[in-house]
Amino acid sequence: MNWRAIRALMRKDLLAVRRSRIVMLPLIILPLILIVLFPAGLGLASRLLPEALASEVSDLQQLLDALPPSVRSDLVGLSAADSVMIAMLVYLFAPMYLIVPMMVSAVIAADSFVGERERKTLEALLHTPLTNTEMLLAKMLSSWMAALAVTFGTFILYSLVVNLVGWQAMGGPFFPNLTWFLLVFWVAPAVAGFGLAVTVLISSRVKTFQEASQLSGIVVLPIVILLVAQLSGAFFLGPAITFALGAVVWVIDAGLLWFGVKTFRREELLARL
Amino acid sequence: MDDSTGAMRDLGPAIQTEGLTRRFGDNLAVDQLNFEVHPGEVFGLLGHNGAGKTTTIRLLNGVLGASKGQARVLGFEPVRQGAELRRQTGVLTENPSLDENLTARENLSIYADLYGVEVEDVTRRVSALLERFELSDRADDKVGTYSKGMKQRLALARALIHQPALLFLDEPTSGLDPVAALEVRELIVQLSRKEGRTVILCTHNLVEAQRLCDRVIVLEHGKMLALGTPSELGAELIGRQAVEFELSPDTLALALNTLEGITDPAEIEPDGDRLKVAGIERQQIPELIAQLAAVGARIYTVTTQEPSLEDIYFALHQKSATTEKEAS
Repeated sequence: MNWRAIRALMRKDLLAVRRSRIVMLPLIILPLILIVLFPAGLGLASRLLPEALASEVSDLQQLLDALPPSVRSDLVGLSAADSVMIAMLVYLFAPMYLIVPMMVSAVIAADSFVGERERKTLEALLHTPLTNTEMLLAKMLSSWMAALAVTFGTFILYSLVVNLVGWQAMGGPFFPNLTWFLLVFWVAPAVAGFGLAVTVLISSRVKTFQEASQLSGIVVLPIVILLVAQLSGAFFLGPAITFALGAVVWVIDAGLLWFGVKTFRREELLARL
Repeated sequence: MDDSTGAMRDLGPAIQTEGLTRRFGDNLAVDQLNFEVHPGEVFGLLGHNGAGKTTTIRLLNGVLGASKGQARVLGFEPVRQGAELRRQTGVLTENPSLDENLTARENLSIYADLYGVEVEDVTRRVSALLERFELSDRADDKVGTYSKGMKQRLALARALIHQPALLFLDEPTSGLDPVAALEVRELIVQLSRKEGRTVILCTHNLVEAQRLCDRVIVLEHGKMLALGTPSELGAELIGRQAVEFELSPDTLALALNTLEGITDPAEIEPDGDRLKVAGIERQQIPELIAQLAAVGARIYTVTTQEPSLEDIYFALHQKSATTEKEAS
């Protein structure tokens, strides 16, 4: 395996992404909404409009009742508005956070082959000594590492925001917990791998970046299902389940990687030039 | 740039193909190509758009697999040993294929790494190429801000970053202004004649091919129509040529009368003190000179005008069209 060439292609892809407005915008806007605006808004609502938020508690009571006893004990003594805020930010929001690695990896991966084709830079790349496997690996690694960088960066930001908005209610720093550590350092890398693997498989077979982005949108579906399951009380992301979830996604990733390496051919890309 | 051109695997032909064929569905893009390219030669691939030139380059560089037949390039099998082969070939694609969001220096250094240029040589070689192609002043500007000529020069620099033994140049002067095109042609001459690199030149610019190519292959619908040096093809396909006599003005009328007696008068074109006679076979020329001398015409110069590659090219396509019509 020619690691120097792989690193060179990753560098090229990451530079191209960093300098492309069409790719960078969704990478900035979505995490900003999910990680800063949403928790900050919830925190502000519990401070400025506690009655309004508390009035929703009766509707959310069923949701709070579905939480495991260990979690409910964390909320004992909190006002109704604070209970809702902490439950949302620390427990119920967890699956939604996975959208960040999934989406970032999918957007960059969509750009990796289709974007290269649209920019008419693909043919020169195909004439380099990179083997099919090295080319695929470089494309996947650049998307994956960018997704991890954004995921870890936004996790730090989210931790700061959640601690700030919940400080008064909890009396000090209280976030992250073990589930979140597992989510960010075990599940999120696997989810990023899943998003990019599916997208690279799609993007090497379609013609435009938009087509690839739209098709790769289906990778968010499992996260939406996870979120609904958690909100309905059918499922709760505790440490054990989070660990198991990560293991399942890693196994799927390995299968997708194997399939990608087996089926990826330069010729298929050329046929679409 | 030093003179090393990469290690050749053997001293045989740089390229050898046998029945090389590529099919896309029902379409035969390349059909039974048989040819050899000698090391250090500038070899032209000529043909209209869609003749199979670019597909042939892709097949020879192992980017596409052949449907039938085989090729050996620098001693390698293009698909099975593609990575090894491509370390020794440089390609200028028809579109410059540059990353426009990156600077010229970034484009070159990334490709130096992709082609495995020694780490300690990368900076020096990138700077040398930027200098050679007169891009140093704009080396740290994004390529998207470059003119078409600058992009083409940069793409050529990129094709040379690893000092390849074999260069595939697909329409290298397409879209360039005359000055830039001349510079590129001079560079091709230098790469071949002075540096000993083998150059495969894909073009439909026949004047360019005539100036640069030692031999050419003419393709149509993926099939080989002809192969040889431009003069070999001219002799084989056109056979006849024009001869121009420069004469003493007082013997011009005498010479005209004599030539009208021994050639087709319609083929004679007087031009001042010159007489141009078209449609002459090569072996007729000594006889014409002897006859003119015998009647006392005073000849200052005799200039033969061989058919141009353009004449050959159109004769070939005409012949091919006639054959197709007859067959159908």
